[in-house]
Amino acid sequence: MADYDVPEVKEYAVVPLPKDGVMNHLSPFVAKPEFQEAMGYVGKKVHDDPKKMPEYVLIDGWKEKALDKMGDLLGRYRSLQVFMDSCVKCGACTDKCHYFLGTQDAKNMPVARQDLLRSVYRRYFTFAGKYFPKLVGAKDLTEDVVQDWYSYFHQCSECRRCAVFCPYGIDTAEVTMAAREILAHIGRGQKYANEIIGKVFTIGNNLGLPEKALANVLEGLEEDVEYDIEVEVKFPLDEKGKDILLVTPSADFFAEPHIDGLIGYAKVFHQTNTSWTLSSIASEAGNFGLFIGSYENMQRISMRIREAALQLGVKRIVYGECGHAWRVGYSFLNTLAGPFDFLDQNYPIPQHICEFTLDKLEKGELTIDKSRNDDKTVTFHDSCNVARGSGMGTEPGGQFTIPRAVIKAVCNNYVDMEKDTIHDVTFCCGGGGGLLTDDLMELRVKGILPRATALINAKEEHGVTHMAAICAICKSQFTKVLPYYGFAMDQIVSVHQLVSDAIVLEGQVDPED
Amino acid sequence: MPFEANGKTFETDEEGYMVDLGSWEPDCATVMAELEDQPLTDAHWEVLNFLREYYDEYQIAPAVRVLTKAIGKKLGKDKGNSKYLYELFPYGPGKQACKYAGLPKPTGCV
Repeated sequence: MADYDVPEVKEYAVVPLPKDGVMNHLSPFVAKPEFQEAMGYVGKKVHDDPKKMPEYVLIDGWKEKALDKMGDLLGRYRSLQVFMDSCVKCGACTDKCHYFLGTQDAKNMPVARQDLLRSVYRRYFTFAGKYFPKLVGAKDLTEDVVQDWYSYFHQCSECRRCAVFCPYGIDTAEVTMAAREILAHIGRGQKYANEIIGKVFTIGNNLGLPEKALANVLEGLEEDVEYDIEVEVKFPLDEKGKDILLVTPSADFFAEPHIDGLIGYAKVFHQTNTSWTLSSIASEAGNFGLFIGSYENMQRISMRIREAALQLGVKRIVYGECGHAWRVGYSFLNTLAGPFDFLDQNYPIPQHICEFTLDKLEKGELTIDKSRNDDKTVTFHDSCNVARGSGMGTEPGGQFTIPRAVIKAVCNNYVDMEKDTIHDVTFCCGGGGGLLTDDLMELRVKGILPRATALINAKEEHGVTHMAAICAICKSQFTKVLPYYGFAMDQIVSVHQLVSDAIVLEGQVDPED
Repeated sequence: MPFEANGKTFETDEEGYMVDLGSWEPDCATVMAELEDQPLTDAHWEVLNFLREYYDEYQIAPAVRVLTKAIGKKLGKDKGNSKYLYELFPYGPGKQACKYAGLPKPTGCV
């Protein structure tokens, strides 16, 4: 078991006293130079001795290169320049971060984390900082500072909850992204994120699931569904001339409860006679380029979706349940990979699967027996990137109402968690933004505290038995980490798993048990 | 850390996964499991052997669902579920069993 304590759950999230440096021991593994180079970065290895653990150091001339990169980013993103200049240290953000609430580390107060970068910015990019550094809190860039960057900018999940409360609208996520981009340019890329991006380019998805394996999984699902309910539901792959290309996180082909959500999408398409296909080129909706703050990689990853849509000749693109993919898809896809003038302009480009399903529910095209979910009382976790980084449908706030409307259409028992933990002030699952890796497990266990507290309260006050989400990261983080707080893995469900459980297909024969 | 099996040294990454997956041999599994105080029984080997077969064909670990289905077919329905696999491999069948079987670690949002 872990050599750290699981935080104690109190009735309400209590703002803890800040402590200095209690989390500075935690950093993610560093990406190998070969992975770095494949992405346009650099890296340096200390030795080639297979009998010793690998060790990676900062590249030669790292300081100059870091400052050059910072200057480059300040020039490219006006927002970053404003965020560096405009903080007045009002403190509104200090108690808004789940990682601060869960770890108590003073540098996990968003303002303090940002100041790790801001103090160096002041030293080298402002008049006052160049000549009177001590007066303005400006700091020299040293190896210790880089180490602090590497540690604490990987203790931010870029969830942007703090930004909601900032009177100046400073977006901490963009500060974290800039810091990670600088780090990647001096040999401090993060292993988890960068290896995954490498797999997207070489194999086609985050998981590293080759086409043959993907086809095998989909065939297996067709068999399973037919065995379960005696209906031939198809999971088409690379079929040309279909109406819809479904892009979904590769976790939907692999993990639980994600895969049950995929079955739900397929059943919805089946019952509504929708012509659709998956693609082996774009067998991943996720885009870790966002997490590492790399426009170039984010664009390269997005282009696969365009390429797949063109090759397959589809008319529409629908996204499965993936939080950050939806942010990239909804907010940036046209800039990154557009124009999508070859798609049917009568539909949103792209459209979210929840939006698609709700439309069909409202038109009465789905046969739903809500009582099939009567064994559950469900709540919904708003995933950060959907909640604060996107919209859905045609109305403001659709990203909150549409998934809930889908759940309520298929479940009789639904309740929200406390209102300061949902919608645009939702708490992160604790594993987002490229931190869903075992080397950061301590952070994940501590960072889930505010969400776990709200869920425990919902369980005690309203008898909530299941929490649904529309993000692969959230689902994986919850199934792995909520057991530390007394929940079972199968209490976490996909929204389309609930749809799948309630839908009744024509000719369906239910298993006897 | 690197480990020794059959008089040879095997390189691992930070998380204990073998670097050269092609050099895997059954003794590697035994040694890696021993290092984590997880003795391997026949029941563990049923899973490891299936993982090896699947990996040979598909170059990746099977999805949990594929694994449970295969184990269920082979060993009976009562064993074809995640609970049984987690009893054998408490750190998760996907990750712990893959490590011993010399498969790459499943990555991504899993």
